[in-house]
Amino acid sequence: MNKNMEEHYRSPREFDFSGIKPEEAIITTDNVQAWFHKTIALKGISLPIARGKVTAIIGPSGCGKSTFIRTLNRMHEVVPGAGLRGRVLFEGQDIYSPEVNPIVVRKKIGMVFQKPNPFPMMSIRQNVASGFLLQGIRSDHLDEKVEYYLRQAALWDEVKDDLGKPGSSLSGGQQQRLCIARALAIEPSVLLMDEPCSALDPIATARIEDLIHSLRGRYTIVIVTHNMQQAARVADYTAFFYLGEVIEYNRTDTLFKNPANKQTEDYITGRFG
Amino acid sequence: MRNPAGKREPGSQADLRLPRSFVERGIGSVLLVCAAVSVVVTIGIILTLLKETIGFFQRVSFKEFFFDTQWTPLFSNKHFGIWPLIAGTALTSFFAMLTAIPLGLMSAVYLSEYAPERIRKALKPSLEVLAGIPTVVYGYFALTFVTPLLQKVIPGLAGFNAISPGIVMGIMITPIVASLSEDAIYSVPLSLREAALALGGSRLRTTFRVVIPTAFSGIVASFILGMSRAIGETMIVTIAAGQQPRFTLDPRVPIETMTAYIVQVSLGDTPHGTIEYSTIFAVGMLLFLITLVFNLIAHFMKKRFLRGVL
Amino acid sequence: MKRRESGKNVLNQYPADSGVEKAFKAIGIISLILPVSLLLILIIDTTADGIPRLNWSFLTSFPSRFPEKAGILSALVGSVYLIGLTAFIAIPLGIGAAIYLEEYARKNRITSLIEINISNLAGVPSIIYGLLGLGLFVRIMSLGRSLIAGALTLSLLLLPMIIMAARESLKTIPQELREAAYALGADKWMTIRKVVLPLGLPGILTGIILSLSRAIGETAPLITIGALTYIAFLPESLTSPFTTLPIQIFNWISRPQKEFHVNAAAGILVLLIIMLLMNALAIWLRIRLQKRNV
Repeated sequence: MNKNMEEHYRSPREFDFSGIKPEEAIITTDNVQAWFHKTIALKGISLPIARGKVTAIIGPSGCGKSTFIRTLNRMHEVVPGAGLRGRVLFEGQDIYSPEVNPIVVRKKIGMVFQKPNPFPMMSIRQNVASGFLLQGIRSDHLDEKVEYYLRQAALWDEVKDDLGKPGSSLSGGQQQRLCIARALAIEPSVLLMDEPCSALDPIATARIEDLIHSLRGRYTIVIVTHNMQQAARVADYTAFFYLGEVIEYNRTDTLFKNPANKQTEDYITGRFG
Repeated sequence: MRNPAGKREPGSQADLRLPRSFVERGIGSVLLVCAAVSVVVTIGIILTLLKETIGFFQRVSFKEFFFDTQWTPLFSNKHFGIWPLIAGTALTSFFAMLTAIPLGLMSAVYLSEYAPERIRKALKPSLEVLAGIPTVVYGYFALTFVTPLLQKVIPGLAGFNAISPGIVMGIMITPIVASLSEDAIYSVPLSLREAALALGGSRLRTTFRVVIPTAFSGIVASFILGMSRAIGETMIVTIAAGQQPRFTLDPRVPIETMTAYIVQVSLGDTPHGTIEYSTIFAVGMLLFLITLVFNLIAHFMKKRFLRGVL
Repeated sequence: MKRRESGKNVLNQYPADSGVEKAFKAIGIISLILPVSLLLILIIDTTADGIPRLNWSFLTSFPSRFPEKAGILSALVGSVYLIGLTAFIAIPLGIGAAIYLEEYARKNRITSLIEINISNLAGVPSIIYGLLGLGLFVRIMSLGRSLIAGALTLSLLLLPMIIMAARESLKTIPQELREAAYALGADKWMTIRKVVLPLGLPGILTGIILSLSRAIGETAPLITIGALTYIAFLPESLTSPFTTLPIQIFNWISRPQKEFHVNAAAGILVLLIIMLLMNALAIWLRIRLQKRNV
């Protein structure tokens, strides 16, 4: 299998028109190949992720976009049968080098999932603070922090009187913002979002997009989405994935207005996918 | 608003190295030990039985054990022929299955094919209450209620016999047979039923010509598991079947099962190291092997069935 | 196994049932009702026999040669001690094994060996566990015919049941919640302690209480390890000899005198009431904990 993968290796220049300089990148992936059992999901991805920017990953289902962001905080390996080669440099350190503890990586690179998944046995307050609980950290000023991160997630005004209620009592969109607050509370510098709006209605989606705009600059955000309009609305940079490869990576406006690759053009004009 | 945590500026050099916590590293092995206990138990069972069984066969020949037709280790004239105990176990188990197979199978077919979903969901767990009643209670029921009742119908039925505990044991096993058969019948794909229906088959025909044959190995697996339970069941037969090892197929007279013999010896003051003491391990070994074979057959039939259906 | 939810209606759209079908349906219903009605008869019969004997002195007296003076005090206390001790040994082992198999074990030969082994152990007759206890705990470990030997034997008997119930419960917890915890920087053990176990608890507890209520009625393995049938004192330590309620009942049933059978019936009533209470506790706990988990 590894032999086959070598053939897929392409130099970044072929598809990377983003112009992100090495010193601007917070994460750089270097020929990341990923698989589940015998199925290859990623065929050698080399991408820089710009610090403080929003990067969107688009592509048809099965193109490996979710697998890709899960390799960025070592969530890929949680799935049984998952395997990986290549390097992911975070602040210049390879997060896959043997002495690195994946738990520390996940503290620095937070994640929001496709389906809102607040912990059902915890209240709203406990959900926001769950990162401390789960890391075994005793934290002072907890109420202050809960309020701060709920405000960050634009949820405070809606839930400030119901902090003791279970997280699952909220609507889907509120649950997803609760999950964002929960992820922000562990103070990551990067936030990965795996199709965060796919289970939400348009109004809730708009609120999440507003939230992404307000977080821009303070956090680096990588968002996977199947919705091209969403990528166009929120992202500074966009990567188009197809069959486990990056086809094109560029500034969002350029990629959508003036794609360099025929496949990208076909996809964004809706001719396939 | 100021960040109360005093967040580090993004971009400062991060140290990703941190040893895994002490608990995190140790806990996996601790839990593995818990899981391994079950393997140790199996090895313990086999070694314990083997040790005394070997001792037993050093003093009693295989030939006597398997070909003599008398079992009298507790008398001065000792015979060690296992057949009377096997006959006793076979008799009580036969009556148990005679009760449990029709009741269990019919219940299963009714629950799966006829009963409304609501009733199915309510009845299944309540049947399982039956399986949870202590066997000593069933034994009391067999001795004080069922036997006197049967004595009115069956002439020459002794106070201890194989029929009454057999039937009561069958009642106890019915829920197991019903529940496992029902699982098998229920998992027959609906499309097969619809195909039979479309060919103009009646519901009864569909059930007996299509559904039950499809689920057959799953249903037989439930019978075999029930049988294994009957063979290993102890208190009902100890209380109501008697303690007289007898090589007979007459179900009306007192007999003794393998399990009842173990209880009988355990209740006395048999000293450790004597031949009487080692007999219960030899009988136990045989019992263990028989039930193990039944359980394994049921396991593989069930597996084959699931592979066939899914 | 995922159950078919709809579909029954397709089968119910048959034309009017024929006479044979009706007869068959009746047989099915009778097959269901027969065992349950026999259970009812059993309970009514036992209650009728035992209720006159069921009074305070029955609960607070030691066994006796005279049926009307005999009571179940030592048996009741013995049962309570034995079950308490058994729970103390079997619950951590069982939950630990279940967590290992569900959360830690890789799919390899050793794991499938352990799994097959556990399902086989669940089918081993309880009296065989008695022989194991007799050979291992009573003889080799020289614990004698003691409370602790009994509790260890019952623990091994319960282990497969507890493991299987706990695994079923852990299986129902969505993978997304485990991933959510990992993504928040939790290590595996924290995830299990703070997310998996709290959510699995209702199911695990129900399984444990149900298997303990089975254990309280177990007789054969305890007789085999040599629990005494006549004890006129309360166990004082782990190594004291003991008796239990079902053993006392068995002892009374095996006496020829009818008066002792009345005592057995009364003892059975006490045993059934205890089991009923334990089952009710299981249901109550389940509802309560599930409410908390919404």
